[in-house]
Amino acid sequence: MTDTDGWFADATRDDEEGLAAAVREGSATEPRDWPREAVEAGFAADEDEYYDTLHAATTAATHAAVTELEQADDRQLVHAVRAMDDCRRTANELAERLAEWAGTVDSEAASGIEYARDLAASGRLEGEPGAKPITSLAARVVDLADEADDLREYVERQTPAAAPNLAALAGPVLAARLISLAGGLESLAKKPSGTVQVLGAEDALFAHLRGHASSPKHGIIYTHDAVRGTRSEDRGSASRALAGKLSIAARVDHYSGDYRPELEAELVERIETIQARAEGGGGDDAETGGETDD
Amino acid sequence: MTDPALPQGVERREISGTRRLATRGDPVYGEPTDGEWRAWNPQRSKLGAMLASGMDTGLEGGETERVLYLGAASGTTVSHVADFAGPTYAVEFAPRPTRDLLSVVDSRPRLFPLLKDARKPETYAHVVEADVDVIVQDVATRGQARVALENRRFLADDGRLLLAIKARSEDVTRDPDDVFADVLADLEGGDESEGGYEVLETQRLDEYHVDHLGVVARPR
Repeated sequence: MTDTDGWFADATRDDEEGLAAAVREGSATEPRDWPREAVEAGFAADEDEYYDTLHAATTAATHAAVTELEQADDRQLVHAVRAMDDCRRTANELAERLAEWAGTVDSEAASGIEYARDLAASGRLEGEPGAKPITSLAARVVDLADEADDLREYVERQTPAAAPNLAALAGPVLAARLISLAGGLESLAKKPSGTVQVLGAEDALFAHLRGHASSPKHGIIYTHDAVRGTRSEDRGSASRALAGKLSIAARVDHYSGDYRPELEAELVERIETIQARAEGGGGDDAETGGETDD
Repeated sequence: MTDPALPQGVERREISGTRRLATRGDPVYGEPTDGEWRAWNPQRSKLGAMLASGMDTGLEGGETERVLYLGAASGTTVSHVADFAGPTYAVEFAPRPTRDLLSVVDSRPRLFPLLKDARKPETYAHVVEADVDVIVQDVATRGQARVALENRRFLADDGRLLLAIKARSEDVTRDPDDVFADVLADLEGGDESEGGYEVLETQRLDEYHVDHLGVVARPR
């Protein structure tokens, strides 16, 4: 099928699987009078037969796509995001080891993944002592970093299907991390928003509960712009507001599944109000933002 | 008794003691019925609200009328459209409501479900035919004018765009009237390649849907 062909171009009328696949995967830059073209091409005897076949093919294609997307569930995400973090952390650790080792023979030694990529591609250590194992290690670092990138892409693709609202509010990767920390979308949906607020800050939370620290203002949601972009004295309020919206998003995703763009708009509005305190010296909302959340 | 503004196959009928819009077909969301007629609740359907408010949608009804429906969700409105119109393409992006849409499709042989993103028409232009008579658009996303412009390629030159603009999807913090003005300006503007629309009629649907504007437009 080319981008000027209809969905029926490459299959016969009794090839149900082929037709459903064409509906799902095909594309065209412009629509055409497909019913007439299909009849002229002998795909269908008349328009009625064409539409009957189209009904069967679109229903089968949509059914298959829905089933597949709904299996893009939170369990898969939890594994993927953990694997992504493991690959990234291991790649960074090995890159440090590599930099130390390669520094003994390479005059252009630097550090980080980029250096490993450079070293693996150039092969410039040839003839130096240890050239073979060092270059080989560099290649492994590159592979691990690439794997982490691939996993990130997978997470970015799958999270909006498994949790559309949470992904829209938090971004797909942070959304997947929250699901992972909670142990699944259902348990995230059942957590109070105060818990969501400090997910990922368990050490600080338990230090607080043991009585020798103030309570943490935020956990992993610290990476969200709504928190990071707010001045420190208002971050408690910002993370509380963000956690509240994220909890609602997780509940909508778990219990209903439809996408509600107004959640994101409400979050933006709330954060703008909080950030406006920095300018107004008080803000127009009733909350008393504090340094800590008790 | 027919209303001149209502398409063929849509009537105001007495069902359960109230006069309501109704179409003929299998009930799908527990709506009240009277024989083969089932009530069309304008509170649950923006197109229903546009018809109930007496907007001139240009819809004719009948099996030759072809419709592209963007934002079909679980199929509440599109089921009524398929009841009175001909071939109807129902585009919806979210998997969960699409599952419900599939059950609506079962008893309607000229309703074609498509799990596609209305912002990317090239992903369904190989299925949806050219020159449809009507595009109904009810998508809850930012950039509703852009969606309409992108999908103009499907619409016949004398076709109609029936659009429900949701102000909260564009910007929850702004006055809905300002949002509507912007979206309408975008609709009438548009790139040269996309043409643009001429807006024929607008009406607030607040009686049924808060902060929504019903729009009837045709390609320019």
